[in-house]
Amino acid sequence: MNCLEIKNLHVSVYTDEGDKEILKGVDLVINPGEVHAIMGPNGSGKSTLAYALAGHPKYAITGGSVSLDGTDLVGLSVDERAKAGLFLAMQYPVEIPGVSVANFLRTAKTAIDGEAPPVRTWVKKVNESLATMQLDQGFSARSVNEGFSGGEKKRNEIVQLDLLNPKYAILDETDSGLDIDALKIVSEGVNRYVGQGDRGVLLITHYTRILNYIKPTFVHVFVDGRIVEQGDSSLADSLEKTGYAAWVGEDNA
Amino acid sequence: MTTELHPQGSFDVADFAVPTGKEEVWRFTPLDRLGEFFNAPADSGSLTLTTDAHLEVLGVGEAVRGTVLVPPELPSALAAGVAEADYLVLDSVADQPVRITMTGDSHHLSHQHLVIDAKPYSQTTVLLTYQGLAHHNATTEILVGEGAHLSVVSLHDWDPGTLHLGHTQARVGKDATYRHIVVSLGGDLVRANSFVSYEAPGGRAELLGVYFADAAQHLEHRLFVDHNQPKTTSHVDYRGALNGTGATSIWVGDVLIRSHGEGINTYETNKILLLSEGCRAEAVPNLEIETGEILGAGHSASTGRFDPEQLFYLRSRGISESEARRMVVRGFFASILSAINIDDVEESLLRRIDEELGFDKEK
Repeated sequence: MNCLEIKNLHVSVYTDEGDKEILKGVDLVINPGEVHAIMGPNGSGKSTLAYALAGHPKYAITGGSVSLDGTDLVGLSVDERAKAGLFLAMQYPVEIPGVSVANFLRTAKTAIDGEAPPVRTWVKKVNESLATMQLDQGFSARSVNEGFSGGEKKRNEIVQLDLLNPKYAILDETDSGLDIDALKIVSEGVNRYVGQGDRGVLLITHYTRILNYIKPTFVHVFVDGRIVEQGDSSLADSLEKTGYAAWVGEDNA
Repeated sequence: MTTELHPQGSFDVADFAVPTGKEEVWRFTPLDRLGEFFNAPADSGSLTLTTDAHLEVLGVGEAVRGTVLVPPELPSALAAGVAEADYLVLDSVADQPVRITMTGDSHHLSHQHLVIDAKPYSQTTVLLTYQGLAHHNATTEILVGEGAHLSVVSLHDWDPGTLHLGHTQARVGKDATYRHIVVSLGGDLVRANSFVSYEAPGGRAELLGVYFADAAQHLEHRLFVDHNQPKTTSHVDYRGALNGTGATSIWVGDVLIRSHGEGINTYETNKILLLSEGCRAEAVPNLEIETGEILGAGHSASTGRFDPEQLFYLRSRGISESEARRMVVRGFFASILSAINIDDVEESLLRRIDEELGFDKEK
C-alpha cells in the first residue's frame, strides 16, 4: 500500500542523564497527494518526529513502526531511508565547508537515482531550480550553507526538494525565520512539489502563517509527544484564535 | 635580532650542538630515529633528481647561494654545506609549472641544497616532488625578486621507511608574492620547516599546507614568518588529518613582527581533523609583536572530529556514510589543494587522500 504509515511510534532521545522518551505513541498515515500539517507548542516533540523518521543517530525508535510504500524504514540507515523516498528539509541546515552546492546536489542526485544525472540537462535543471528560488547561478559554486543567510538556507532546502523529488517530504519549521517574501518563494516551491499530485508532505510548524500559502489536507495538533486532535484546515484557523491552551496543562499554557 | 625560538643561524656545523630533545625546536621530534642526520659528513647522497628545467650548479659561497638561507639548525647546516647546490633561475612569465622530482631508492643518507632564484617580475610555479625511499636532508633557498610571483609546492610523497628533514627559507622582494604549499603524505618521519622573511616593503607571503598522518607516522611542520620589513603581509593556513594509532602531527607557527615593522597584516591558522582514536596532534601558534603599529595579527588552532551533524545532513540526501566522510575530508582540504593550481597534481592528491582514508576498505 502506497503511503507513509506511522504506527504507535515511540522515540527516546539519548541524553547524559539517560534515555528520555519524547514520542509516546504517534499514529499517522500520509497518502500520496496529501499535505499534513503538524502544529504544536515548543517542546512537544514535533522536531523529534522529523529527525527520528529521517534516522538521526541521537534518537532511538523504541517502539512502533514506520513504513514507506510498504518498506519498513526503522531498520534502514539514514541514507537508505532517503533512497527509499524520504526527504527532510531541516530547520537548521548544516554547513559543509569546501563542498560546493553543485557537487553536493550532483552527488545526492546520483546517490538517490543510483546513476549520475546526464551532465548537460542536469546543469540546466539545477540553474532553473535555483532561479525559481530566486538564487543566482553563482550560488552553486558556494560551499553548502556556509555563510548563507537564514532565507538562503531554507531556499536551498527547497531546491533539493525540487531536484531530488522524493516520494515523501518532511518540512521541519521551514517557515521559521523567513520574511514574508522568502516565505512566499519557499511556499511556491513546496506547492509545485505538491502539485505533482502523488507526493506526500509532513509540514511541521509552530505558526499558522505558512498555512496561508500551503493548504493542508489535514491539520494535527501535537502535544507532549502525541497527536491530540486532528481536523481539516479549519482546525488551523481555530488554533490561530485559541492557541494550544486547550491541550496543555495550566503550567504550560 | 634573535628571538628565543630562533637563534642566530650559522654556516659552520661546529656552531651547533647535537640536539638532545630538550631544545624547544626539537622537543617534539623523535630524535632517536635521526642520529645519522646529526653526525654524517655532507655528501650529495644517492637521490636522483629529474627535471625538464635547466639547472645550474653553485659551489659553496658562490652567489646567490647563502644570501637568504643561513642554517638555523644542525641538519640544515649540513645540507646547506654540500659542495654543489642545484640552482634554478626563473626569469619569465611561465604558464606551465617547473617540475623537479627527487627520487630515492635506499636508506643511504642524502643531502641536498637547492637554490630557486625568481627574478624580478617573473611568474612561475615550481613543483618539488619527493618520492621513493630515502633518508633525506634538504635545504631549499628561495629568492623572490621585486614584483615576482612565485609559487613553490613541496610535495612529500615518500614511501614508508623514509626519514626526511627539510628546511625552506625564502626572502620576499618588494611588492612580490610568494606562496609555499607543503603537502605531506608519505614517509615515516617528515620534519619540514618553512621560513620566510622580507627584503623590502610590500611583500606578501602565503604559507599553506596539507598533511595526512596515518598509523605511526610523524609529520612535523614548523613555520616562521619574520616580518622584518614594514607593510608586509603573511597568511598561514595548515590543515591536517590524522588516522590510525600513533599518527602524530606537530605544527608550530611562529610569527615575529619587528619593532620597525609598521603596517603588518598577518593571520595564521591550523586546523586538525582527527579521524580515529590514538592520534596525537600538537598545534603551537606563537605570535611575537614588538610593535603596536600593526594592521592586523591573529592566530587560531582547532582540533575536531567528524561532525555527526554534517554526516547526517549529507546522508539524509541519500549519500552513503563513506561517501559523506570523503566529501567532508575533501572539503576540509579543498581550499588549500585548489591553491596548488596544477590540475593533475590536485586530482592525484585528492585520489591519494581517498587512499589514505581507505574508503575502499570501509563500509
